[in-house]
Amino acid sequence: MVFCKWLCAGFALLFSAMLSGTSAQPAQTLRIGLAEDPDLLDPSLARTYVGRIVFASMCDKLVDISPELDIVPQLAIEWQWTDGNKGLVLKIRQDVKFHDGEPLDAAAVKFSLERHLNLPGSNRKAEISAVTNVDIIDDHTVKLVLSAPFAPLLAQLSDRAGMIVSPKAAQAGGDFSTHPVCAGPYKFTERVAQDRIVLDRFADYWNKDAVHLDRIVFLPIVDSTVRLANLRSGGLDLIERVAATDVDTVKRDERLKFSEITGLGYTGVTTNVNNGTRSKNPLGQDRRVRQALELSIDRSALNQVVFNGLFQPGNQWEPPSNAYYVKSMPIPGRDVAKAKELLAAAGAPHPSVTLMVPTNPELLQAAQVIQSMAAESGFDIKIQATEFASALDLAVKGDFEAFLLGWSGRTDPDGNIYNFVACKAPPALNIGHYCNSEVDRELEATRQAADPAERMPHYARVAEHVLGNRPLIYLWHNRHLYGMSAKLTGFNPYPDGLIRPQGIRMQ
Amino acid sequence: MTTFLLRRIALIVPTLFFVSLLIFGLQQLLPGDPAIALAGEDRDPAVIAFLRQKYHLDDPLPMRYALWVEGVARGDLGESIRIKRPVFDLITEKLPVTGELALMALLIALAIGLPAGIIAAVNNGTVMDYGVSMAALWGLSIPNFWLGILLILLFSVELGLLPASGFVSPTESLKQNLLTMVMPAFVLGNAIAAGMMRHMRSAMLQVLSTDFVRTARAKGLPEIWVILRHALRNALIPVVTLSALDFGALLSGAVLTEQVFTIPGFGKLIVDAVFNRDYAVVQGVVLFTAFAYIMLNLIADIAYVVLNPRLR
Repeated sequence: MVFCKWLCAGFALLFSAMLSGTSAQPAQTLRIGLAEDPDLLDPSLARTYVGRIVFASMCDKLVDISPELDIVPQLAIEWQWTDGNKGLVLKIRQDVKFHDGEPLDAAAVKFSLERHLNLPGSNRKAEISAVTNVDIIDDHTVKLVLSAPFAPLLAQLSDRAGMIVSPKAAQAGGDFSTHPVCAGPYKFTERVAQDRIVLDRFADYWNKDAVHLDRIVFLPIVDSTVRLANLRSGGLDLIERVAATDVDTVKRDERLKFSEITGLGYTGVTTNVNNGTRSKNPLGQDRRVRQALELSIDRSALNQVVFNGLFQPGNQWEPPSNAYYVKSMPIPGRDVAKAKELLAAAGAPHPSVTLMVPTNPELLQAAQVIQSMAAESGFDIKIQATEFASALDLAVKGDFEAFLLGWSGRTDPDGNIYNFVACKAPPALNIGHYCNSEVDRELEATRQAADPAERMPHYARVAEHVLGNRPLIYLWHNRHLYGMSAKLTGFNPYPDGLIRPQGIRMQ
Repeated sequence: MTTFLLRRIALIVPTLFFVSLLIFGLQQLLPGDPAIALAGEDRDPAVIAFLRQKYHLDDPLPMRYALWVEGVARGDLGESIRIKRPVFDLITEKLPVTGELALMALLIALAIGLPAGIIAAVNNGTVMDYGVSMAALWGLSIPNFWLGILLILLFSVELGLLPASGFVSPTESLKQNLLTMVMPAFVLGNAIAAGMMRHMRSAMLQVLSTDFVRTARAKGLPEIWVILRHALRNALIPVVTLSALDFGALLSGAVLTEQVFTIPGFGKLIVDAVFNRDYAVVQGVVLFTAFAYIMLNLIADIAYVVLNPRLR
C-alpha cells in the first residue's frame, strides 16, 4: 500500500512536471533541417558541403556571390587586380567585429589567410595555394601576392577560403572547431554531435539590420521522409534537399512553401580511361564506345523518370543557364542507330560495362534507366551498387570501369573541371587518370585571364576535347529543392545551395 | 555466492581482451580507405597524407592495435577524426540518451509483454490465448523503421500530437523530452514485448502445472493470488534474463529506430562512424557496449541467485 502511494505520488509529480515543462527556445527561432551532419566547424579544416550551410550563418567571407553568380562585397568592400593579375588588393570594411568583440582588420585577414595556408591538414591550402604572401597596406587594406595569375581566386574567397576567423580565438589554445569565432550574423552557442547546432544572433553584426531572427538551430535529419514529416508537423521551419518525389506533397500543403534553384554541381559517368588494368576494355580505350554510350542516353527521359523532371539535364560541367556554358556544344539527343554504328565501327557491338553506383536510391534508379537505355544500343551494363566510402577507395585504386558520381559544384568553372581532367589533378578526383596536354594548356590559360570574355574561348577548346573524348559523360545538374513554412518570408535560394539568413523573417 | 561472483568478475578481463581483438580485426575488413573517406569532397592529397600520418593509418596493424589498447588502458578511447572530439566524451554524451530510450522501451515492453504472457498462459488454448499470440507475432514481424514512419505520419503529421523526431534533454524540458521519446520507445518496446510475452507464456505454463501451484490452489487461495504471488515469481526467471539481454542490446543502440527518429544515441553514433570510417569512434563505442553487455549479464546472474534460493 505504501509502495503504491509512493508510486502514485511519483506519477503525479512526473505528470505535473510534464505539464509545466516549457521549451527554452527564444520566440524567433529558425529551425533548419539538414540532410547530413556537418563535420568540423573550422573554416580551414571543414570538408563537407553541409558544413558550408552552417558557415553561411556564422562566418562572413571577404566576398560573396549574388544569385546570378556575380562576386559581390561582403567583408571586403572593393578589390582590384594589380601587377598583371599577380596581385589582388582588397579594401576591408570598417567597424566590423568578431563574435568575441575583437576588431576585424587587415591583420586579422592576413592571419586567417595564412592560417588557411599553413594549418596542418587545412583543406583550404589547395584552393588558395597561388597566394604566396599577404601584405598589409594599411589597417583596412591587404594585398594578396600570387605566384602566378589565378582567376578563380575571388570565387575561392567567396567560400570557406575567404572566411575570416578571430585571431585571438584561434590562438587561444583549445579546439577552435568546437568553439568557432567569426564575424557573421550569428554566433556559435552550442553543438550536440549528430543532434543540433545552435547559433544566436550577434548583436554587433556589421549588417544587423538585415538579420531578423534571434536564433538558428540546425538539425541534421538524414532521412528525407522524416525531414519532410518534421516540416509538415511544424517541428522544422525550413528543410534543404527535399526529395524530388516529395515536391508535390510540399506544393500541395497550404502550410508550406517551395523554393528551388539550379545548382552548381553535376552528376555524370566517369570512365576509367587510364587508371590501371581495368581501363583496358572497349569503353576505357575507345572514344567511339563512350560516344555510343552517351548517344544511348535520353537525358530528358532520365530526368523525368528519376527526378520528376525537376533537375536540369546537362552535358557540360556547367549547366546550360551558366555564362560559362559552351553554347556551341549543346546537349546531344538520343540516337540509338548511330550508337550501334559506332559500336560496330569500334569492333565491340555488345560491350560489357560494370557501372559502379553509390548506394543512393536516386542514383541507383538513374543507373537502372541508363542500363535499360544503353541495352537498346547493345551495351550490357552491370550495376555494381557500392557503399560510398568503399566506392571511392575502389575508384582511387583504379578498380572500376565506370562510376556514376556527382560533384557539389563551385562558383568558378575552374572548380568544376580542372581537378577532374587535368594531368596534375589530384588522383582522388581525376579518378580515370585522363590526361591531355592540350586540355592542360587551355585550363592554365583560363586561370591566367581574369576577364570572363578572355577565359571563354579557352573553355570552348577544353569542351571540344573533353566532350569529344568523354572521360566524363555529364548527365544532369541537381536543383536545390527547399521546403519551408508558409510563415517564412525573405528566403532567397542561391546556386551554391547555401542558406543565407539575411532577410529571412518569420510572421 | 562470493566464489561465484569472483569467478564471474575474473572472466571480464579476458573477455574484454578477446572482444577488443575482434573489434579491431573486424574493422580492418571494412572496405574503403578512412583517409580518403574523411578527406571530404575535395580529396586533397596533402590532407589525405596528413590524416594518414596523424591517425597512424599507415602503421602496421599490430602497432595500431597496441597504440589503441595502450590508450584504452590509460582511459583514453581516442578522438573522432571527423569532429575532433574525444570518443569518451561522445559516449558520455550519448549514453544518457540511449539509456533513457532503452529504459523506456524496456518498461513499455514489460508493461505489454508480462500481462499479455500471463493472460495467454492462464487462458491457454482459448481464443484469448490465440489472440494474444497473434498480436505478439505481429509485434515480432513488423519492421521497426516502417512502424516508426507510420507513427510519425499519424501522430505528428496528421494529428499533430507528438514531435516527429529529435531529442530534447529532460533537463531542458521534461515534457518535450517525454513527448519526443514516446514514439521511438514504443517502436522498440513493441518488438521486445512480443518476445517477452512468448517467454512469459511458456514459463507460466510450466510453473502453473507444478505441484506447489496445485497445493496453493488446494489450500483455497484465490486464483489471482496463486498466479501473481506464487506462479509469477518463479516464472519471472527467464524473463529477467531476457530483459537483461534486451537491455544490453538496446544500449548498443537501436540503429534503425534512432535513424528514423533522429535520436542522437549510440546507434546513430556508430552507424555514422562506420559510414565515415571514423575508426576510433567505432572501436570505442563497440568496446564500451561489450563492457556494458558483460556487466548486465553479470547483474542478471546475480538477480537469478536472488530470485532463486536454490542457486545460493
